[in-house]
Order: sequence, then structure tokens, then C-alpha cells
Amino acid sequence: MRDRPESDPMPDLLIELFSEEIPARMQARAAADLKSRMTDGLVEAGLTYGGAASFHTPRRLCLAIEGLLTESPTLREERKGPRVDAPEKAIEGFLRGAGVAKEDLQVRDDKKGQVYVALIERPGRPAAEIVAEVLTSVIRNFPWPKSMRWGSGSLKWVRPLHSILCILSDESGAATVPIELDGLTATDRTHGHRFMAPGAFSVTGFEDYTTKLKRACVVLDAQERADHIWQDATNLAFAAGLEVVEDRGLLSEVAGLVEWPVVLMGDIDQEFLGLPPEVLQTSMKEHQKFFSVRNARTGRIEKFITVANRETADDGATILAGNQKVLAARLSDARFFWENDLRIARTAGMEDWVARLANVTFHNKLGSQAARIDRIAALARDIAPTVDADPALAEQAARVAKADLSSEMVYEFPELQGLMGRYYAEAAGLPDQVARAAEEHYSPLGPSDAVPSAPVSVAVALADKIDLLTGFWSIDEKPTGSKDPFALRRAALGVIRLVLANGLRVDLDRFFDAQILRHRLSDGAAADQALLDDLLGKIAHHGMSGAPVRALLDSVEDAPGWLAAVSEHDPELGADLLAFFHDRLKVHLRDEGIRHDVIDVAIAMPEKSDLALVVQRAEALSAFLRTEDGENLVQGFKRANNILTQAEDKDGVAYEFGADPKFAEDASETALFEALERVRPRIETAMAQEEFEAALSDLATLRAPIDAFFEAVQVNAENEIVRRNRLNLLSTIRTTCLAVADLTRLEG
Amino acid sequence: MARTAETPRSFQEIILRLQTYWASRGCAIMQPYDMEVGAGTFHPATTLRSLGSRPWAAAYVQPSRRPTDGRYGENPNRLQHYYQYQVLIKPSPPDLQDLYLGSLEAIGIDMEMHDIRFVEDDWESPTLGAWGLGWEVWCDGMEVSQFTYFQQVGGHDCHPVSGELTYGLERLAMYVLGIDHVMDMPFNDPQAPIALSYGDVFRQTEQEYSRWNFDVADTDMLLKHFEEAEAECNAILSQEAVDPKTGKRIVMAHPAYDQCIKASHLFNLLDARGVISVTERQAYIGRVRALARKCADAFVQTEAGGWVPDEVPA
Repeated sequence: MRDRPESDPMPDLLIELFSEEIPARMQARAAADLKSRMTDGLVEAGLTYGGAASFHTPRRLCLAIEGLLTESPTLREERKGPRVDAPEKAIEGFLRGAGVAKEDLQVRDDKKGQVYVALIERPGRPAAEIVAEVLTSVIRNFPWPKSMRWGSGSLKWVRPLHSILCILSDESGAATVPIELDGLTATDRTHGHRFMAPGAFSVTGFEDYTTKLKRACVVLDAQERADHIWQDATNLAFAAGLEVVEDRGLLSEVAGLVEWPVVLMGDIDQEFLGLPPEVLQTSMKEHQKFFSVRNARTGRIEKFITVANRETADDGATILAGNQKVLAARLSDARFFWENDLRIARTAGMEDWVARLANVTFHNKLGSQAARIDRIAALARDIAPTVDADPALAEQAARVAKADLSSEMVYEFPELQGLMGRYYAEAAGLPDQVARAAEEHYSPLGPSDAVPSAPVSVAVALADKIDLLTGFWSIDEKPTGSKDPFALRRAALGVIRLVLANGLRVDLDRFFDAQILRHRLSDGAAADQALLDDLLGKIAHHGMSGAPVRALLDSVEDAPGWLAAVSEHDPELGADLLAFFHDRLKVHLRDEGIRHDVIDVAIAMPEKSDLALVVQRAEALSAFLRTEDGENLVQGFKRANNILTQAEDKDGVAYEFGADPKFAEDASETALFEALERVRPRIETAMAQEEFEAALSDLATLRAPIDAFFEAVQVNAENEIVRRNRLNLLSTIRTTCLAVADLTRLEG
Repeated sequence: MARTAETPRSFQEIILRLQTYWASRGCAIMQPYDMEVGAGTFHPATTLRSLGSRPWAAAYVQPSRRPTDGRYGENPNRLQHYYQYQVLIKPSPPDLQDLYLGSLEAIGIDMEMHDIRFVEDDWESPTLGAWGLGWEVWCDGMEVSQFTYFQQVGGHDCHPVSGELTYGLERLAMYVLGIDHVMDMPFNDPQAPIALSYGDVFRQTEQEYSRWNFDVADTDMLLKHFEEAEAECNAILSQEAVDPKTGKRIVMAHPAYDQCIKASHLFNLLDARGVISVTERQAYIGRVRALARKCADAFVQTEAGGWVPDEVPA
């Protein structure tokens, strides 16, 4: 890159793409895309810059770039061509590719003889020319999630694009970058607020632009708009002795709907205050984009906040009255649903709702919602004892947990599923634990969502997710790459968090096998339901190869055909699902600061389907590695293992016959013998009792003798007997360590 | 900003003002289509005329029927028969948003006092095989119109693109007139010697049709009619382009499309009778869509649809 003279002023670039209203959800991403695509394009063309920032409002995307080069640097290149006596065709091709004439070629001596050399010079180009090219291409190829054409044009944008402002400015003034795009000509002009200051005006640079925009009732920065909204909203609520229910998603959406936010607080009619607060909140948010204003003392939602896009002579009174009226109409609908649903729940209970789910397809290969509920209920019953839940309650809870899907309220507001189930189960007079499970069984959803701890909720929540996962595994619909349409990763993480947060000791693979079989067999009309449930219950508790399962299978006389499916059950499917869980577990633990190789060690140990145990081990090993003894022991182990492996490869034998202390020559060698002798039975006992931590601390005591041994002794001694004995000693170190965990999997 | 017009006094005055406004903006004021449709979009002046290359500008009231929305005239907002006001301009003019806002002013909405918003709402009609991007327009939080740039109709890309405006007339009028229950809305001038409310005009029919739609309509007959409409639509479109009697090229897109409209409405009736299961629903919608596509294919083979006869070599 050439040197730039000090006096050369670096211009700033300002771009505004002014359009009809851009969907709020797309704005932030679009502004970021505009910035990255423009700056990438400029830099690629040789125009570097000082800094860049992008902005968005409902009607504009804006990019401000500081300190752009005035022109791209001149590039020189020497390109070697064919020999001078090459065929004319080859020379012509070379001239074409290099873009030079034959008389401009030089002839140079080369190893091959005399060859042509082209000196190609690409002169620098002015910034305006490059900006115009890059912006045109960015606009034409903009990655909108959905874009459209309008009028008779062929240009695509998210909504009709009305004007392009594009200026380069420095101390001496501003110049419009000449751009022509589908009938649009770039200018230095833009418009103010659609209603409050619609006139056009010219700008000379970014500061001038933001100042004039503000004068024209447009706040350019979305964050500034959001801050303003939040501040005014909290002030208004505070003055009324209330508080705004925080909702960041809604705040950023609303900030994307206005250029000139005006915050207004209105009343909710007394007659609606009896609705559950969640219903009020959801209805106001989803339909009207209102914030809820809560009485902190009672938890009730008493007022709303709406954000208008303009000031009015009556300080928003008309706007507020209109909004209040619309809200009243919405809430009367909600109240109608609520009262209807409550009446049904009180009089008919939840059964009719569940029965109606027989007509609702869950997935065309996995049957109806009702069939799914049957499977979940059966599994919840099997899971119950392992989570200290009453099996009958767990089954009952699973049966009604999704009943609210048939209610009018959930039909209108799907996001209230579960919560409405709780209200309606309470109204139906069902036990508290059942009602609670209806609300909690979808949890945890996101990674920060609370994990249920009530036993019945846990049983149903686990059954719900395991049924989902085994179902999609059965029909081979697994998540791939970024595609996870059924949120199976989230479901697996939910199971993991349920298990860990509640310290559950369960062998998941047994539940997997049982439920996979249930998926296979439930639709078989021939299946004897009682026998099937008994069998799957036994699988859930004892595993596919458990003695009670085999005993049951053997005891069935005239075994019906479907039982064959049990014997032919493919354990690979469950194993594959478990591996999926292990992957999810790795991601989960990595977020908690546990190294992936440490988790790999824990997963490689027996009983890997007991996730709590896997995590316990990973945590213990992780803590162990943070101690000095632990870290050094692993190094000692690796050293021993390396020397041994090399020797075994070289000698073609396995040194595993045990070493003999009588061939020990050095005191450190003898000490190591003794230490191993002492530690080995202790480790064996500890491991048998699942006391992994104790085993590791026993292992740690080997660190000093191993280090001392390597310090004092050469393993590959001259004396072959001594050498072999030492290799056998290393082998004892290896087997002792590996009895605890496969430390070879540790990296570094 | 223009001075706000006086507030209208009746439902019909709002309709008349919209007619006058769009007429003054150059639209052909058309009359409602003489068939049962679910929305103003089904009128051939929109569905078919949004196809092909020829410019078009039309505005009209369209009575629309949604059998499942019947509430026996008791619900303040829901009706099984209601009116839509529909504007379609092809190609969409660059100032369509401003033209639209002008129409709100024309019916007495003062832009200086109200908060008008364009909120993302993409439109899709699975039965028409059509989609477009646009907004629902909010006035003080109330949806008063749909604003759509048609991208595809009957499976055909729209070139040029039409801009479509749809006003739900009852809701809009209730808002402008400050009425809480649709049946209380003045239909004609409240000072007229015989003042009629919306209820005077429509309560009776809402009751009758609600009962018929939900409980009485003969589903076997409706199903048979559906099949017949489908068969006739296909039969019409399978005719040769050249009429053997006149020797002229006459592609019968409109008569075929009438049958498509019929099938669509029959499907809505069957749906209201609750005899169509979730899985069947998709299949029926697919059958109507297939008809709509064929009609669209036929329309672009007509002169109105932009078809140009091949030049005959001299």
C-alpha cells in the first residue's frame, strides 16, 4: 500500500437507504449486514477505513464510515508468460488474460529460454467509483429474510426502496456519490418523520444528518429510542406507584416500530382485572405490543403502556383512547375464552379436552396428540419411582398436562400452554401436584429457564421429552447441522438439566429402550396392552437384558407375534440417542467450564447412561487436574504410557506380566513398587463403591513416587532383565491409572 | 397536511367517501362480484387482473362471506357476511402509501391526532396460490387495513407488481363512528326520515345464515356441488382456445374462475359444518388451489391477461 501524504484529508462516507416500513424484527440484522457487506466490499477493493457504524429505523438503514481512503492504491504485478517461440495462439491467450498489448511485453531470460513478461499496472481508483460499485452490488444482493419487487421494477428489497443517500464528505464539503440503480439516483437528501416532518432536506455529513433528523422528529439510534421508551415508561409507572413488567424483546421490537417514540400509559378496564395476569400480559403484548404495568404489592396488572410514533395537540389523548378501546375488545375475547374454559373445566373436567386431542395430529408418522399422551403417561408412571413421585399421580398428571391444547384460550394464545393447564386443572379440582405438573412439564425450555423440582412435574417433564426424542429417533428424524425443526436439542438439554439439577440417578438408556419399543408396538392392534405395559415397565427398570425382562419373556406362553419385536429390538437406536445426549452434555458442561476431553474420559467409563454419575466423575476429574499432584500424575502416567507403548511396539510384546520387586535396583524403584502395592487394592475398592473421588486421591499419592522414579532411573537400562522389569512396572502404573479412568483421552 | 374532512355520520357515507376518493385518484369504480366469496381478493378484478402485463386500477366494495365467523348477530365484531373495500393498482404507484393515507383522511381520520403505523404482515392465500408482502395498518392500535404488494398469484410471478389495499369496512366504520357493537352502527344517515342501523339491515340475515351454516346446510349436497364445480372448471379449461362456432380465439378464464370461486365457498361452508378433518382440510385447499392455478394459466392466455397474438409472417 502506498504512503498517504499527511495533507490528504480522509473523507467520511454516509449512506442511507430510505424505504417503506421495514419489519421490526429484521432491522437490526439488516443494519449489521449493511455494515459488514459494505466494509468487506470496500476493503476488498483496496479502500480501508477508520471506523464504521450502522443504524436503523422503521424506514431507513444507515451506514456511517469514517476515514476512508480517497482512492485505492495502485497495484503492480509482473506476470510471466510463454516462451518467445511459443505458438501464436498461446501468446494471444496470455495477452488476453493479462490485458496488455504485444508491444508492451518485455523479453527476459529464463531457465527455459527467452520468455515474455507482462508488466501489469492496476491504477488506483477514486473512492466514489468504488463506493458506487460496492453499494450497488450490496443493494442488489442484500440478504433479507424475505424480499419483494414493486411497481414495474426488478429490484428486490424488503419493501419498496424510495431513495438512496450516499455522500463522501471531508473538510472541503460533501459530494454525492453518483449511483444509478433501477431508476433510483443517489442524492444527498432524505426525509423526516412520515407525519411530523415529512419534508426533504440535504445533509453534509453524519453529524449534520443526525442533527437534522432529530429536528425532523427522527431518532436515528435504536438504542437511544429504546432507552427513551424504557425511561419514560418506568417514570410514568413509578409516578402511579406501579412498575413496568420488563420485556427486552418487546422493547426492541417497539423501538423498531417508531422513529419518534412517545410513551403513553392507559388504564385496563376494571372488568378485566380478574383475568390471570399472564393472560393480560400475553394478550396486550401479542396483539397490541403493549407493556404491562404491575402493582408490585399484589402482582396484578393494572395498566398498560403503549408507544406512539408521534406527538399530538392533545398530548396523545385520542391515541390512548383508541388503544384503550381496542384493548377492551381484545380482552373481552380473552375473558370470553377464559370463562368458557373455566366452565368446561369445572363441570366436565379435563377428559373431554384430552379426548378431542385424538383428532389432532402430532406428527404424521407419530400419530395423534392423544396417542402421544398415552405413551407419555405410561412412561411417566415408569419413571415415577426413580424420582420419588407417586406413579398414579404421575400418570394422571401426564394425562391432563396437555389437555389445555383443546381449550379456547390456548388456541388463541399458544404460548400460554401449560400455564392455562394449571389454572384449568385447579378449577377441575385435581390435586395440586397434578396442576403444577401441567404448567411445569414443558420446562426447562431455554438454557436459563428454571428446572422443575416437584417429583410429579419432574416425572412428566422427563417422560414428555424422552417420548419426543425416542419418537423422532424411531422415525429417523434427527437434527442435522443447523436444522432442528422439532427442537430435539433443546429437549435433550432439558432432560440433562432435569437430571442434574435434581441429582437423579437414572439409567436413561433403559427408558430409551422402553419408549422406543412403545413407539414400535403401541400402534400394533394385536398388542396385549397389560402385558406390554408390564414388559416395558420392566425394561425401564432393569434394562433390555435385565433378568426380570428375560423371565417375563420366557414365561409368556403362546408368545404373540409382536413379542418378537422385543427380541429383535435394535439397541443401536438407543445407543445413538445416548451419544446425542453425551454431545449435548459436552456442550452444557463446556459452558460450565469443564474441558471436553475431561468429559470424554467420564463418558468412556462404565454406566455412561447415568448422566449424574458422568458429571460427578467429570467434575471430580476436573478438580483433580487443577491440583498440582493431579496434573503431574497425569504427566507421569503419559510418560510411562509413552515409553511403554514405544517399547511394546519395538519389541512386539505386551509387558503385562507384573514386575518383580526383587529386580529393583534403585530405592525410588522399590518405593514405587510399595506405593503401587498399597494403592491398588484401595483403588479397586473405591471404584467398586463408585467413589471416584477417593480413587483419584489415591491415585494422586502415586505422583511423588512416579516422579522420583523417573528422576532417578533410566527405564531402558542396559541390563535387559532390569529393563523388562521396569517396563512391567510401567505397565502396572498404566493399569492402575486406567482402572480409574482412561487418562489417555486427556489432551496436553 | 390537508384539512380534515368532517366526520362521516353513517356506514354508507364512509363507503361513499371511499368510492369518491378512489375515483378521484383514477380508479375504475367497479361493482361487487355477483358470487359468494370469502374476501375482496377473490373478485376477478383483483385475482385475475393482478396477472399479466396490462396496467389496471380498480376499486370496489365486495360483500364477503366467512361462514365460520357467524355469531347469530350477537358478537359486537364478528359477522359471517361483511363488507370489504378493495383497491388494486397495477403497477403499484410509488406513492401508494400516501394515496392510502389520503383515503383515511377522506373518511375523517385526522392524521394530526392519530397514530398510524405500518406493521409487518405478510399475506398468503393458500387457496389462491398467492402471496405478497406488506403490512396491516394500525390506527391507534387498531387494524384498519391490509396493504399488500402481490408477488405471486395462482402460482404466477406478478410482473408488474400490483398494490392491493383491503379495508374491513365494518370495523373501520365502527372506529370512525365511535360505535361499540356493529349492530348499533347507523347504516344510513341517522337524521334520515327512516334511519336504519346495521342491525336493522343485517341482524335477521346473520341469525338465519348462522343457523344454516352451522347446522342445516346439507353436507352431502355441498360435497356434490364442490365436485361438480371442480369438474366444470376443468372441463371449461380443457376446451380448445379457438371457438369452433365463431372461429375466434376465446380462452374462457373467467367462467372457469367462477367455478373456482364456487368451489372455494363450498369448501368454506363444509368447513363451517365441521365435516372436514384436519388432514382433509389440506387436501381440499390443495384442490381449490389447483383450480386457481389453472385459471391463472388460462387468464394469461387471454388478451386482457397480456397475451399477444404471434405476428403472422407476411
